[in-house]
Amino acid sequence: MAASSGSLGWNLVRVWTLLVYIFMFLPIAVVVLLSFNASQFGAFPMTGFSFRWFVELAQNEAILRAFRTSIVLGLMTALISTTLGVLASLALVRYRVPGANMISTLLIAPILVPEVVLAVALLLFLNFLQINKSFTLLLAGHVIFTLPFVILVVQARLVSIKRDVEEAAMSLGASPRQTFFQITLPLMLPAVLAGALFAFTISFDDITGTLFWKPGGVETVPTQIFAMLRNSISPEINALGTVMIVMTVGLPLLGIAIARRLSSKSGA
Amino acid sequence: MSAVTLNNIAKRFGTFTAVHKSSLEIAEGAFVTLLGPSGCGKTTNLRMIAGLLDPTEGEILIGGKRVNDVPIHKRNLGLVFQNYALFPHKTVAENVAFGLKYRDVPAGEIPKRVQDALDLVQLPNVGERYPKELSGGQQQRIALARAIVIEPDVLLLDEPLSALDANLREDMRVELKRIQERIGVTTVFVTHDQSEALAMSDQIVVMSEGRVEQVGEPEEVYNTPASEFVANFLGASNIIAADCIERSSDSVALEAPIFGKLAIPVWKAPNLKSEGKAKLVVRAEKLLLAAPDAPAGDAVSVPAKVETVDYQGQAVRYFVRAGDTQLQAINMIDEHPYAAGSDVSLQLRPQDCAALPG
Repeated sequence: MAASSGSLGWNLVRVWTLLVYIFMFLPIAVVVLLSFNASQFGAFPMTGFSFRWFVELAQNEAILRAFRTSIVLGLMTALISTTLGVLASLALVRYRVPGANMISTLLIAPILVPEVVLAVALLLFLNFLQINKSFTLLLAGHVIFTLPFVILVVQARLVSIKRDVEEAAMSLGASPRQTFFQITLPLMLPAVLAGALFAFTISFDDITGTLFWKPGGVETVPTQIFAMLRNSISPEINALGTVMIVMTVGLPLLGIAIARRLSSKSGA
Repeated sequence: MSAVTLNNIAKRFGTFTAVHKSSLEIAEGAFVTLLGPSGCGKTTNLRMIAGLLDPTEGEILIGGKRVNDVPIHKRNLGLVFQNYALFPHKTVAENVAFGLKYRDVPAGEIPKRVQDALDLVQLPNVGERYPKELSGGQQQRIALARAIVIEPDVLLLDEPLSALDANLREDMRVELKRIQERIGVTTVFVTHDQSEALAMSDQIVVMSEGRVEQVGEPEEVYNTPASEFVANFLGASNIIAADCIERSSDSVALEAPIFGKLAIPVWKAPNLKSEGKAKLVVRAEKLLLAAPDAPAGDAVSVPAKVETVDYQGQAVRYFVRAGDTQLQAINMIDEHPYAAGSDVSLQLRPQDCAALPG
């Protein structure tokens, strides 16, 4: 009958699962491991343990500049996307907007369109308007394709916040504005933070759109890595990769932990 | 002066009319229940009083002042919802104190007012807890405390007991009535449960399909239903087409199939103004089953056959057939219920019947 958990079949499934995981995560592990390699060739065998490449990274002016650009861009994208996303979600969920479905679809659409298409389209549009590329336009591009994530997360949360709770607050004397800040916003805060985090990591991580939209001389971390790779594979890139992994994996984990804490306190 | 006056109000959503034009006066300190099935407009009425919906026409007065243009947060009302609607991110004490922050209550006095309200709902020691740590019944008590601590002009209760278990519901019913009598606040209670309405109200407003069917004290609504709908909604009734053959100053004589001629006290047929077509209302619990040859006393006795037996413990609901008419009867059980298929006699005292115009 059913295979017991000790049978050959199940063992094969276990081995297979393990192989899939190795296939997925070994390259990442190799990058992280090699970033601590003392040798100046980014390859095995490792010749010793060293923070040398991190130190060089920290002294590389171009990379530091790229880092600053990425962080400023990410933070501004997160701020603008989250604000717009929260407002759009409130309008779509709490008020009757003519053509709400249509608007919702249009706002979510950037996820469905391949990024290259979106990138080229925006670029052609700017050309047509005869507007030169600038940091502001790069920011606008990032806002366009991070906005859907914020809206999806915030909308889902907002739907689960019962209208009754807000009505109760108003019946007790809170004006609509006070109700929003006292009741609605605290209840949807985990989703707002999650949305902001999504926006930041997606922006920080993005290369396709950024390559098309960035003005000359401006580099973000991913485009900087890309530029460096064209010359040689320096161990510095491994170190940079490790930093990127820590940031893009660590931040969301931190965010989830904060959201958990907040929502366990609020009991929602 | 009435605490709440609805003056010719109506509510339409597009072409759908949720509440047809009607008026209602609610006396100061009264417990008034809006009773009806879902979709009858009772909640729409409550939400218009609360300021959550604008009436399409008519005026709403609270304490003699027109409030049509006063937003909900300036109306000073206590509102309790079916699903409690406590603020999940605030402690019980913070929940109860919420409304006081928006009133001229000195900060030092708030904890005392909160504690008094928690004492009143008999949960004095839960102030530090969060709502999700409390049971449904406890949460509803806190919602009530939060609504009454602000000393509202009117307390509005939107099916507050419907989410609770049956046993708890009856306890809360008594509790709610006790608190309302204690603080004497004018209360509008919305429910679809006739037993809640009968047990708690000073006045019942029976509604159906956006219209007010009857307004009256519980006994009045129960004993002399103004329409077929009311007769059926408050308890089970048999409605039998009959003829009014004679009217005198103290009784009305009806000729009904099965039961023959019945003389009904005139106060049980207040709307039957003329002879001719009429409807006989026989409450299921007033139709008694007895052995075929049992003495009937002052009751009319007719032979019948039991078709279905719906056993309910202390009572039993029978569907019986007399001639070609099916009737239902709810009787207390004396030893054993009659079995399906038994021959019985149906006994009915004319003074237990009511009559409606045909």
